[in-house]
Amino acid sequence: MTSTVSLTVNGKAVSAEVEPRTLLVQLLREILGLTGTHVGCDTSQCGACVVHVNGTSLKSCTMLAVQAEGADVTTIEGLADGDTLHPMQQAFHENHGLQCGFCTPGMIMSAIDLAKRNPDPSEKEIREWLEGNLCRCTGYHNIVKSIKAGAQAMNA
Amino acid sequence: MSETGIGATVLRREDRRFISGRGNYVDDVNRPGQVYAHFVRSPHAHADVKSIDTTAAAAADGVVAVLTGADVAADGLGGLPVGWGITSQDGSPMIEPPWPIIAQDRVRYVGEAVAVVIAATRNQAKDAAELVAVDYNPLPAIISTQDSIKDGVPQVWDDAKHNICFDWGFGDADATNDAFAKASHVTTVDLVNQRLIPNAIEPRSSVADFDSSTGEMTLWCTSQGPHAVRLLLGAFVLQQPEHKFRVVSPDVGGGFGSKIYPYAEYATCCWAARRLGVPVKWTAERSESFLTDAHGRDHITKAELALDGDGRFLGLRVSTIANMGAYLSAFAPLIPTYLYATLFAGQYTTPAIFAEVKAVFTNTTPVDAYRGAGRPEATFMLERLIDAAAKEVGVDPVDIRRRNFIAPEAFPYQTPVALLYDSGNYGAALDKALELSDYAGFEARRKASEAAGKLRGIGISTPIEATGAAPSAIAGQLGARAGLYESAEIRFNATGNVTVFSGSHSHGQGHATSFAQVVSDKLGVPYENIEIVEGDTGRVQMGMGTFGSRSLSVGGSAIVKASEKIIEKGKKIAAHLLEASVDDIEFSGGNFAVKGTDKSVNIAEVAFTAYVPHNYPHFTGDPEADKNALEPGLDEQAFFDPLNFNFPYGAYVCEVEVDPDTGVTEVARFTAIDDVGNVINPMIVHGQIQGGVVQGIGQALLENGVYDQGSGQLLSGSYMDYTMPRADNVPNIDSDLTITPCPMNPLGVKGCGEMGTIGSPPAVINAIIDALSGYGVRHLDMPATPQRVWSAIREARPAA
Ligand code: FES
Ligand code: FES
Repeated sequence: MTSTVSLTVNGKAVSAEVEPRTLLVQLLREILGLTGTHVGCDTSQCGACVVHVNGTSLKSCTMLAVQAEGADVTTIEGLADGDTLHPMQQAFHENHGLQCGFCTPGMIMSAIDLAKRNPDPSEKEIREWLEGNLCRCTGYHNIVKSIKAGAQAMNA
Repeated sequence: MSETGIGATVLRREDRRFISGRGNYVDDVNRPGQVYAHFVRSPHAHADVKSIDTTAAAAADGVVAVLTGADVAADGLGGLPVGWGITSQDGSPMIEPPWPIIAQDRVRYVGEAVAVVIAATRNQAKDAAELVAVDYNPLPAIISTQDSIKDGVPQVWDDAKHNICFDWGFGDADATNDAFAKASHVTTVDLVNQRLIPNAIEPRSSVADFDSSTGEMTLWCTSQGPHAVRLLLGAFVLQQPEHKFRVVSPDVGGGFGSKIYPYAEYATCCWAARRLGVPVKWTAERSESFLTDAHGRDHITKAELALDGDGRFLGLRVSTIANMGAYLSAFAPLIPTYLYATLFAGQYTTPAIFAEVKAVFTNTTPVDAYRGAGRPEATFMLERLIDAAAKEVGVDPVDIRRRNFIAPEAFPYQTPVALLYDSGNYGAALDKALELSDYAGFEARRKASEAAGKLRGIGISTPIEATGAAPSAIAGQLGARAGLYESAEIRFNATGNVTVFSGSHSHGQGHATSFAQVVSDKLGVPYENIEIVEGDTGRVQMGMGTFGSRSLSVGGSAIVKASEKIIEKGKKIAAHLLEASVDDIEFSGGNFAVKGTDKSVNIAEVAFTAYVPHNYPHFTGDPEADKNALEPGLDEQAFFDPLNFNFPYGAYVCEVEVDPDTGVTEVARFTAIDDVGNVINPMIVHGQIQGGVVQGIGQALLENGVYDQGSGQLLSGSYMDYTMPRADNVPNIDSDLTITPCPMNPLGVKGCGEMGTIGSPPAVINAIIDALSGYGVRHLDMPATPQRVWSAIREARPAA
């Protein structure tokens, strides 16, 4: 019992056969092969799976694939413009905002949404915004630094 | 210092793929025709498995096979091995129970696998697993570490009386008792070092692919050391010959110890792939990670410190019960013994030390090394005990430490607990920490907090650890069943660029960058012309992997040794090209030169000559002489076996603010000074320390692996119950370094991966107890949750 879902992912129209229970993250990773979006938990609490749906950050493990019908989805793979990194990607690189890299796609997608809403977030605002994104490696220190720099670069 | 050499902050080259979503983690690996494994796991902590009916599951959609412990036994698979043996005080060996990869007849913890369903899709495997009917006969379970050794409690293993795996003694009991007899003061603390669950954000995963035409097995798995997985699973469990077994650990999303071990699920995928002739994939769900990743810590300790009238330490006596869980994980016996009691001297001159450790079995998930492994437990015990003693004898916590520090001129220093410290200047690190933390300004900050209705406290800890394990021969005498060297190969290609193969494994540590910095520095090859290869037994000659903060001091030293061999051979080739004697050739900055002349040749040219040996020493025709003729190629391998551990140390200062009405504790400031010897890439070192400190703050304030004592259910089995440190729970970490080079390895480096986790918990707890000192609170268990802090305040000073 599958149905067809059609949506735009990273600017390309795609459609796929999915089960009613298929999650958006499964559609992205397992059907479309976009493995940059990660799964770190089964209770929607780690944020490794954050993507943008219609311009807003969203945990792709909290949405059914069928709910994404007609949506415009951007994943970590869709951020860079050719070889030119998105300013937030660049900021994570320059500020050592990642170690193992597993939380990183979700962190970056989440951070971009923050920077769109708040062009110059304070340390406290960044830390509160990241409440839904876990990182076990960095202790957040350099992630906070990266996001501050990235937000400034995005809004420069 | 060049911009990309040793000591330079070089941005990480591995970042590009991670920030672009192009990492290659195990769950990203897919093999044509693969099927998926889903495990049926015991809901009981202790039960006999009376029967398993797989009929309905086997008939379900997409199911390829349902396998149980009986199939494991029928196929003659071995159990999971233990890599370290410990001998009890009475001379008897530890109890080493069998650990089959799927339970047979009895289950001993919640989450233990009783069957595996293999199906065409993940969902089909998961659905069918619901149809496996297991008939259990539940048995009473023992969960509590404390109660496990009491009379009449349930027994996990028949031959482990009172659930004791071993009862180990270490140090000089008589000398320690004498020290206590002449003490003018004795301080005693009772401590719990709670169970932690490692929680690398990438769940464990494996994909196995068996080629029946060649007999070759390939396993992709989330491992910190693929060669060790190959050896242990191949030889002990699968009988898969090592030369026909390739293990690949590509990008791994954090390890923290939990990804060292050769897990049952990896073996099961291999076995099923071989049996079924199709690739088999498994990825843990987070709830599975909570139940089945090896846990950490779980000690109960009584510690006593004997002091003289001047606050000098005379003796230390420690008695610990260490929970092993239901089975012995690969390095579990090592953690509460040689990685624990050998650290009891700390940074201090305590002359007499004795430790007793009872390792116990309980019906819980097996416990093994978790970031720090034994050393956080030792440091928490010692640094809490010293603070308690300082309070009791009325000496300032800074002063009591200074009075007992090993003096900088006393190195090398033989501690009474086996270790020979090579170098250190403990007072200097403490001075720097006090300065950077503005320790002197604390009183003003305390008053400001007080004015806002908050209690402010300050706590210090001066941790030490032993990293870079270890001389293999000594480890062997102490019970190790493996070597502890590391290997490296440096291969020049004909065009002059370099491929370096290392047996270490990076899962966040940035080896691709820092190892290339080392090679660029040593061989004068441009940094961008050097590639580091790790994590594939099919490409890397041999390896022990990354654990115990050893990659740079052991793996990096192997790389230095290989580079020395490259230079040695390069000199011979250069001597021929330059028509000079080998003894007259000097190497520096990538060039071989004839001493005292301007004749030189670059190492890239030497490499080209080595692979296109047209201009090469001719054979003489004399077979004896030609035996030593110069071989083509510029490709050298080295193994480095450490001469000793190395001993990073530090001084940590934590300031907390407690809300007395709610018990909520905020870490207001955290200062970490570490001495990790020479530094290759300061940015990476600081990142390791910041991350480690936050993991330690997590232990101090938030994290707790809690079981229901009756049923043995893991109550903190998800991110809703197991409170991981989040960005808004922690402050920025002020970290800085002092540099005392380690004399025992060619780079002068020490480990830096675990210091933060080791040093921070006692600093945080000491700070909270300082904050609550006005109430007379003397003790607080980790994690210092709001409820515990609030209760401590209420109990110390009941409402008027
Ligand atoms: S996978 Fe953890 S929040 Fe989505
Ligand atoms: S970088 Fe490893 S989890 Fe964040």
